[in-house]
Amino acid sequence: MSALLELSSVTRRFGGLRAVSDVTLSVPQGEVLGLIGPNGAGKTTLVNVITGVHPASAGKVRFAGEDITRVRPYQAARRGIARTFQIVQPFPGMTVLENVAAAAMFAGGLSYGQRARDEALQHLRFVGLAEVANSNAAALTLAMRKRLEFAKGLAMRPKLLLLDEVNAGLNAAEVDQALELIRAIAARGVTVLIIEHLMKVVLSLCSRIAVLHHGELIAAGAPQAIIEDPRVIQAYLGKRYARAQAGAHG
Amino acid sequence: MKRDASIALVLFALVALLPLSGEAYWMRLGTTMLMYGVLAMSWNFIGGMAGYPSFAVAAFFGLGAYAGAVAQKFGVPMGFAWVGAGLLALVFAALLGVALLRLRGHYFAIASLVVAEVLRELVNSMTGLTGGGMGLNLPIPAMASVDAQARFFFYVMLLLAAVTFTAMLITANSKLGFGLRCIQQNESAADMLGVDTTFYKVSAFMLSGVFVGVAGAVYASWVYYIEPPDVFDVLYSVKAIVMVLLGGAGSMFGPLVGAAAFLSLEELVWRNYLEVHTGVLGLMIVLLVLFLPKGLISLSQRLGRRGKLR
Amino acid sequence: MPLLYFQILANGLVLGGLYACIASGFSLVWGVQNVINILHGSFIVLGAYLAYFAHLHAGIHPFLSILIAIPVFFAIGYGLQRMMINRIIAAPVLLTLTLTFGLDLMLQNGMIMAFTADFKKLVLDPPLGTIALGEVVLPVDRLAAMALALALTAMLYLILSRSRIGRAIVAVRMDREAAALMGVNVARIYAITFGLGVMMAGASGPLLAMIFPISPLGGPAYLGKAFVICVLGGLGSVPGAMIGGLVLGVVESFGALWFGPEHAVTLSFSLLILMLLFRPHGLLGRKGYE
Repeated sequence: MSALLELSSVTRRFGGLRAVSDVTLSVPQGEVLGLIGPNGAGKTTLVNVITGVHPASAGKVRFAGEDITRVRPYQAARRGIARTFQIVQPFPGMTVLENVAAAAMFAGGLSYGQRARDEALQHLRFVGLAEVANSNAAALTLAMRKRLEFAKGLAMRPKLLLLDEVNAGLNAAEVDQALELIRAIAARGVTVLIIEHLMKVVLSLCSRIAVLHHGELIAAGAPQAIIEDPRVIQAYLGKRYARAQAGAHG
Repeated sequence: MKRDASIALVLFALVALLPLSGEAYWMRLGTTMLMYGVLAMSWNFIGGMAGYPSFAVAAFFGLGAYAGAVAQKFGVPMGFAWVGAGLLALVFAALLGVALLRLRGHYFAIASLVVAEVLRELVNSMTGLTGGGMGLNLPIPAMASVDAQARFFFYVMLLLAAVTFTAMLITANSKLGFGLRCIQQNESAADMLGVDTTFYKVSAFMLSGVFVGVAGAVYASWVYYIEPPDVFDVLYSVKAIVMVLLGGAGSMFGPLVGAAAFLSLEELVWRNYLEVHTGVLGLMIVLLVLFLPKGLISLSQRLGRRGKLR
Repeated sequence: MPLLYFQILANGLVLGGLYACIASGFSLVWGVQNVINILHGSFIVLGAYLAYFAHLHAGIHPFLSILIAIPVFFAIGYGLQRMMINRIIAAPVLLTLTLTFGLDLMLQNGMIMAFTADFKKLVLDPPLGTIALGEVVLPVDRLAAMALALALTAMLYLILSRSRIGRAIVAVRMDREAAALMGVNVARIYAITFGLGVMMAGASGPLLAMIFPISPLGGPAYLGKAFVICVLGGLGSVPGAMIGGLVLGVVESFGALWFGPEHAVTLSFSLLILMLLFRPHGLLGRKGYE
């Protein structure tokens, strides 16, 4: 299995602040990788680095064997990196179908016309939004908007899908539906990197988990190993708690 | 798209009959209306489709007027001078667009507004080439009569308006137009979705410049005397915006309807309140923005919708 | 450094003080409400006419007519915001620009009707003379006008930083929703902000009347300067307007010396474009509003 995405010593500074610091991480083709960390750990910044919104200040990002450190967001999208947003961003004045068709055209490389619409409709069926295809995107509920984000992401024909807190704000039933969807997408061979706060989601989906803390990658490995890793516990719960844990265990 | 094209064909064919009236007054009005239509439709590319509040129309218009005039001064035939002026405006828009379209909101608006001021000062100071503040005379085309001349310029403007409309129709029904709509709605989301925003915006800006450049050059030949404050008048920019607002932004026929409606009002004001015509123009703008911000077409749609059950 | 340069620098700083006063109110309205008030320039001219006619008919010294201008123009601005601008405050940038542009056309036309298009010049009798600071010579009227301009600007700064109303304005500028949740009446604050902006324009009119001839079409030139100053100094802060004003004054003075006064507009606008491209948040680097 070759690495689809390779970050080597990636650093991103904002003024004096290092939001992402010296991160080296490799994501093999077909993996579902969870990216976790406390608030402000730099998870979204890392996604922004990969997609070219805030290019790395130092280090390299390679995707499918090519250097993409300096590409602009639209170029990253055309190369097959799709992302969803923490705060969903449909084009409010367009229909649901048009939103997805835009993704199919501009990132998926289809030309303007019926085929893009047909393909968009297929993706809408897949995420269960076919009935509202011709409604205005602004009229959707939050859960539907999140599914719209999935459909847009898929229409971009991604090799890598970056999911930024797709479950935030959803209720338990909606989260389960989203989980199903992510599994189905991964089953199509799309590599997924998922930023998530709900440990339940991460543990049930991911084959591997990477942990960011203060911009640094402090651990990466199998889910079980990660939740037992003292550094991770310390990052989430504080030093004193970690020491107490260590003491209690011997 | 086919429906719009057929409506437009009928519309332009009807307008083409205007010279049958044989009256110089109507010819002048018709030519002005078509020119206003070109300005409004051109603004629609960048202002309506891409949602960038451009005030650069006056800059393209003045640039085209002076380019055409200076070219003819050096012996370039009229037709070539017009096309050349359009191409110059196109290139100028491309260069300007790359620099200015990185700005948003008020910053873009004012920066684009300033361009005309700077060009006016430059034209003013390049006395040798442009005649400076003295203005520039153009050769009067050799025609059988004054009427023939008026007819000629009317049909040239009609052709230019038809070309501009066609460009707008094609753009609106293409990937370019769709991408511009995405940019208008949410630029960073469009970027994420694979829209090359810089390229799209610059393309829209170029389209909004080229036809205005030709219109400026034709205008210069039509009135055969230009001076900087006349052709670089910021009112051209404002009028283009007001016409689109009046006709309804984002619709195919909005700019043309707006141009016709605006010109009628302007003419009424000119004839009846010469002394206060800028004031009345201002009042019209204020009333329009306050009471009809979505334009006449939306008004007709709103009225029309009452009849239908939707 | 030759003496000439000191003289030019002094002239520039005097001019810059006046510019700061012109721009501070414009910057406040833009920063707080995201509205560019195209009328700003014409209100300055109207303030200048106020001083001119008060001096001509009632013998009121232009410095005193500032005291008349302050309440009058505040009321105009407050009413304008309440009755018109507030109706489209949430609309796209384009509409507020177009609205104030239309109002400006009306005001300009009105001023031409009322005062004719001829230039008017306010002449003090007896003149105030000049003052020598070492080798640098400055006219007293200009110096006094600058001092008053800076005083007015400082007054605005104090209102914003010290008064309850001022703090509410700053709160709305930073986060409108949060301010509304804290019980701030945003519509009223907007009206007061706009009132203060117009007040600063009207109050700087008498100062400019002492130095420059008055024309009903002089507004756009002042507006252009206010805009350049905002971009130079960053948006919505009084110290920013102060810095921007002084920089523009000095640049214009030296520009006139080196390139000739006829290129003043091109020079300051080239500066504007360069700033927009390379330092969009102003010389101080503060974050502006779009």
